[in-house]
Amino acid sequence: MTLAVRVIPCLDVDAGRVVKGVNFVDLRDAGDPVEMARVYDAEGADELTFLDITASSDARATTYDVVSTTAEQVFIPLTVGGGIRTVDDVDRLLRAGADKVGVNTAALQRPELIAEIAERFGNQVLVLSVDARRADDQPSGFEVTTHGGRRSAGRDAIAWVRTATELGIGEVLLNSMDADGTRDGFDLAMIRAARAVTHVPLIASGGAGTPQHFCDAVDAGADALLAASVFHFGVLTVGDVKEALRAAGHVVRATSAR
Amino acid sequence: MAPGVAVLDYGSGNLRSAVRALERAGADVTLTSDFDTALGADGLVVPGVGAYAACMQGLRSVRGEWVIGRRLAGGRPVLGICVGMQILFETGIEHGVTTPGCGEWPGTVERIEADIVPHMGWNTVDVADGSTLFDGIDDERFYFVHSYGVRRWELEEPNPAMPARVTWTSYAGDRFVAAVENGPLSATQFHPEKSGDAGAALLRNWVTSLS
Repeated sequence: MTLAVRVIPCLDVDAGRVVKGVNFVDLRDAGDPVEMARVYDAEGADELTFLDITASSDARATTYDVVSTTAEQVFIPLTVGGGIRTVDDVDRLLRAGADKVGVNTAALQRPELIAEIAERFGNQVLVLSVDARRADDQPSGFEVTTHGGRRSAGRDAIAWVRTATELGIGEVLLNSMDADGTRDGFDLAMIRAARAVTHVPLIASGGAGTPQHFCDAVDAGADALLAASVFHFGVLTVGDVKEALRAAGHVVRATSAR
Repeated sequence: MAPGVAVLDYGSGNLRSAVRALERAGADVTLTSDFDTALGADGLVVPGVGAYAACMQGLRSVRGEWVIGRRLAGGRPVLGICVGMQILFETGIEHGVTTPGCGEWPGTVERIEADIVPHMGWNTVDVADGSTLFDGIDDERFYFVHSYGVRRWELEEPNPAMPARVTWTSYAGDRFVAAVENGPLSATQFHPEKSGDAGAALLRNWVTSLS
């Protein structure tokens, strides 16, 4: 019995609509997160991640609606990240139907938030989302960024992963801001560095362009692989990725015949 | 008529998926923390996420262990999920703290020994002979997310009228209980409500057994 490598499509959701999406044939509304979630589920996605990029707090209520509608129709784990600042935010999302929440900036600003969430809901609900890039002035060679990679947090990314692990996270989502959007492959050195300092599962993100890239990330130590644009734009399907992983000798969950 | 299933609400967490998945499996579902509603339903589902001690505290606050015990005394089905399975055992040990569970089964819930914890993701199971819960789905993967598990099944001589069927999983060389079927009491360590079509089939098997 071996745990399967997870393949996780990520949807950017703004005020209840999927942004940057779209080459799905046979899809009535590619901007509808629920419909997109159904498509990915049918393709064999092992989990789904919604990244809420809604800027205004007024529009945030639509996120809860999207989460609850999705959770009522798609029966695989759902992670929601973006804008989570308090234990109450987490409570609301879990009640709406999220299984896990991704916390990023708020945990950097106030690391105690990690322990607060873990104590109340267990560490399995907490995904530490780290947007990192290469930086020669940090001991590990990687630094944490905020604001979508535009600003340096002035902090060593690998040291942050180690610290957050001690504080009680359940998982790490490691996103390479250098590789993000390039389709040139995951930052394998960054994955190896994070793997060495944490015992929680590691999700690699940023840079996926070919099926081989996913295999390389697993070889570097990733337990799960997250991608957005290659799936949204129809460059690859979840099935393509799983087929490549299987051919490379990795264990994946078979997509059930429907 | 569809079997009535009560999902015990004794704290926070994602219960919506469990309710919807059970509805999809053909049950008429009520989310409740009311003692009599939980007692009277055709089937009771005891969910649970988070820390063992916190779950036991939440369960006690709605007299959950009484509901479970009284239902079992009357032979009425109960299904525990994830920590809802773990609290059915005698003891939970987390962070060095020992917490008494419901004690429906002897045994201890303890930390998984693996390089990477939690055990998070889709794993296969070694289905018990005679299982009805896994009828038609013994080759499927189910979604697990937990850092603690039951390594030893200690109910050595179950009542012949109530055989204990134990399904196992293993991860990184550690082996622990994935599911138990023991008379009216069933439980899964994984989340059937999050296990796609395989999980739906398992819930359907359980709901069908209620009518």
